[in-house]
Amino acid sequence: MSSATIISLPDQSTARIPKTNFITKENGLLSWLLTGDHKRIAILYLISITFFFAIGGSLAGLIRLELLTPQSDLMATDTYNKVFTMHGIIMIFLFLVPSVPATLGNFLIPIMIGAKDLALPKINLLSWYLYMAGGIMILYTMMTGGVDTGWTFTTPLSTHYVNTNVLSTGLAIFVAGFSSIFTGLNFIVTIHKMRAPGMTWFRLPLFVWSNYAASILMVLGTPVLAIAIVLVALERTIGIGVFDPTKGGDPILFQHLFWFYSHPAVYIMILPGMGVISEVISTFARKRVFGYTAVAFSSVAIAVFGFFVWEHHMFIMGVSNYSTLVFSLLTMLVAVPSAIKIFNWSFTLYKGSITFETPMLYAFGFMGLFTIGGLTGVFLGTTGMDIHLTETYFIVAHFHFVMVGGMLMAFLAGIHFWWPKITGRMYPEKISQLAAVVTFIGFNLTFFPQFILGTLGMPRRYASYPEEFQILNVFSTAGATVLGVGYLLPILYLTWSLKYGEIAGSNPWQATGLEWQIQSPPLTENFAEIPIVDHDAYDYEWLEKMELAKKQHEGQEVSSVG
Amino acid sequence: MSEHNVQHDSHAPKDHDDALEGHIVSPIIYLIIFGALLVGTALTIGASYVEMGPWNPIVAIAIAVVKATLVVLFFMHVKYSPKLTKLTVGAGVFTFLILIFMTLSDYISRAWGRW
Amino acid sequence: MQQQVDATGFAMWLFLLTEIMFFGGMFTAYLIYRNWYYPAFVAASHQLNIFWGSLNTLILISSSFTMAMGVWSAQMRKQGALVLCLILTFILGLAFLGIKTIEYKEKFEKHHVPGAHYSLQSFLNPDSDQEAREAHDKPLPLDMARHTEIYFSLYFAMTGMHALHMIIGICILGFMIVRARQGAYTGGHVSFVEYFGLYWHFVDIVWIFLFPLLYLISRHQ
Repeated sequence: MSSATIISLPDQSTARIPKTNFITKENGLLSWLLTGDHKRIAILYLISITFFFAIGGSLAGLIRLELLTPQSDLMATDTYNKVFTMHGIIMIFLFLVPSVPATLGNFLIPIMIGAKDLALPKINLLSWYLYMAGGIMILYTMMTGGVDTGWTFTTPLSTHYVNTNVLSTGLAIFVAGFSSIFTGLNFIVTIHKMRAPGMTWFRLPLFVWSNYAASILMVLGTPVLAIAIVLVALERTIGIGVFDPTKGGDPILFQHLFWFYSHPAVYIMILPGMGVISEVISTFARKRVFGYTAVAFSSVAIAVFGFFVWEHHMFIMGVSNYSTLVFSLLTMLVAVPSAIKIFNWSFTLYKGSITFETPMLYAFGFMGLFTIGGLTGVFLGTTGMDIHLTETYFIVAHFHFVMVGGMLMAFLAGIHFWWPKITGRMYPEKISQLAAVVTFIGFNLTFFPQFILGTLGMPRRYASYPEEFQILNVFSTAGATVLGVGYLLPILYLTWSLKYGEIAGSNPWQATGLEWQIQSPPLTENFAEIPIVDHDAYDYEWLEKMELAKKQHEGQEVSSVG
Repeated sequence: MSEHNVQHDSHAPKDHDDALEGHIVSPIIYLIIFGALLVGTALTIGASYVEMGPWNPIVAIAIAVVKATLVVLFFMHVKYSPKLTKLTVGAGVFTFLILIFMTLSDYISRAWGRW
Repeated sequence: MQQQVDATGFAMWLFLLTEIMFFGGMFTAYLIYRNWYYPAFVAASHQLNIFWGSLNTLILISSSFTMAMGVWSAQMRKQGALVLCLILTFILGLAFLGIKTIEYKEKFEKHHVPGAHYSLQSFLNPDSDQEAREAHDKPLPLDMARHTEIYFSLYFAMTGMHALHMIIGICILGFMIVRARQGAYTGGHVSFVEYFGLYWHFVDIVWIFLFPLLYLISRHQ
């Protein structure tokens, strides 16, 4: 039983940001643009991801503005098609897929396993440049008229019936896909090969397990999207008509290849977020994660099963009924490991010493909203329900609940949780808690009405809708405005905290984990000497013993706080 | 699973980075496999001239799989590689088979019986 | 006995996994359409020249052998042998591409390249076509003849992607030959040669499957 509680403020009289850290190590733009340091690359990603999130978010704002009224009066329907397509593409490929892995994963995984860097630092930098190249190509696409096929590029619309920038978008996603592949490849090699002495697989923080599982998906799934894009490009340019019905091709084959990646992609997006939640819940309940092994294996199970269910995105597309039976059953099974995680986190909270710092608020939000989103996924996995609900706002609500209510909240939880480690400074607690609450309220107001709209039959991807749906759409747009405020606040106060935040010290949360045993911000080489690990993850007794030993070593009196 | 450089008396530790040092495959083996691959090629060409009904594609794929396995095990040294390598190859083959067979499950069952 | 794969080797294997899945998409497409349009695939495959295809297969298998011998030479620190093996592999690779060019040119001339100029003549009227005559092909009904374009779409997509990988491999081989002559790989650091060998063997394996699937669908009368 741990008696240590969170020290809310470090002792300011002696608090200093360590003079030597990875930020001050070298100066100049080139030292950042040509760096091999995983921490600097993580920050490069953080800045670029935030930039693209802002663009994607603005597009979302445009969507919600249009949907305030039943008519398509803000923009032409073709333009609306482009807006929601670009919103989807940017949010998925340029924000959600890289969000936790490329920022927090890059920053933390080497430190969490006791290594000085990732296995392949140059490949890591290449990943970022590929990401930027993909992002710039998307910007180019937007400036030259956008693409309006929906982010799913369904054939034969994308191969034959649109005149928009399918090729440049496809190329952008192809390049960004390689960024993802290289990140995943790097993580797998690093986690296998570079763990510190004593850091066995089952002593790893669950954050590492989650990113490992996501990395497997990145490496094995993304290439299939790549070939799907290549085949679409070939069909559009030189008439290699593998999906062309006039030649006997099957457009549904494209969907098989596309969703073979895009379903595991949703697990690529959510698994790292789940890893964050494990860390946050354990820290702010002061308890070991319940059922460590189950949570670790469930991450891998989600990754494996995630490859078996993709056809549930195609139930109404003309696939055989027998295959829908198989895939529907498998979809039920894939829900089980996710449920295991939610149960285990809940049991972690039970009889824990819970405090409500901002990361924990986001984690609570995650647990509730992801559960709702996940359960509605089970509804959709039932073929009978799916026939009614697919291509309606029910689907839109479902994936926004898991991706925004789930993943984005987890991302914000992680950013806040590790902000002191990355920057050496604390974010302002009160306003961040407010922002978390505002986000939660705004989110529910935005997306819960969409479940109802979907059940009532409002189709997705339409700029206009029947009059009777307006009131719910107005709620949704109002919520989106609140949500926008909730997302703007962190950008503002986190930037503010860079200069004015309280100095954090190395372990402001009194958390376990190797990253909290080193200085904030860390040294470039992370550790002055490679640690030898002799304790399990989330071992608060070990932490207490260590703090005790440190205090005795410094000749101070031991006092229990709170 | 902590990492240690395998020390050898005859080489200074940093002098080499040959991951398979100690498992240098003899050229005789390579020659035998090369011969086997040539035989396999001849077999598969010959088999395509023989009418075997539904067995034709099965025989062709089977011969190709054997040839590929020989290349993987011997030319790519997987037979002499650590378990991790074998696991990695297995994972790739597994996912590849999932892609093919689960996609086929849709197509086969569309015109159930009229395939 | 258990050696550790070093990090870069493991990374190369993971990269090859992505290649398996990349080609996998096209193999999936092939399997589906071959079963749907078997007569079209048979007739279309008769348009491919078994001699060139077999020769290319022999060339690639030989190049895998020379590549493996190259790795052995590097491990045994025999610089001359290594350079020879790399040069042989390089030449065999070029030969493969040369033959592919001949084949592609022939397809182009016979209007069997998918797209605006695709011609169904060889399949509607086999007597007008030398390869079809030699294979004793019967005329195909119009819709089945149209499906031959799918076969050729896959033919060009798969062999084209394969050829692209060959070209990249040959370029790296060129670089390696220069470095090998400078002794870069015979001083104990064989990794680069070894990992490139993995890539080269993988490209060979893809062809091992492409050859029977594209050329040998049914050559019996």
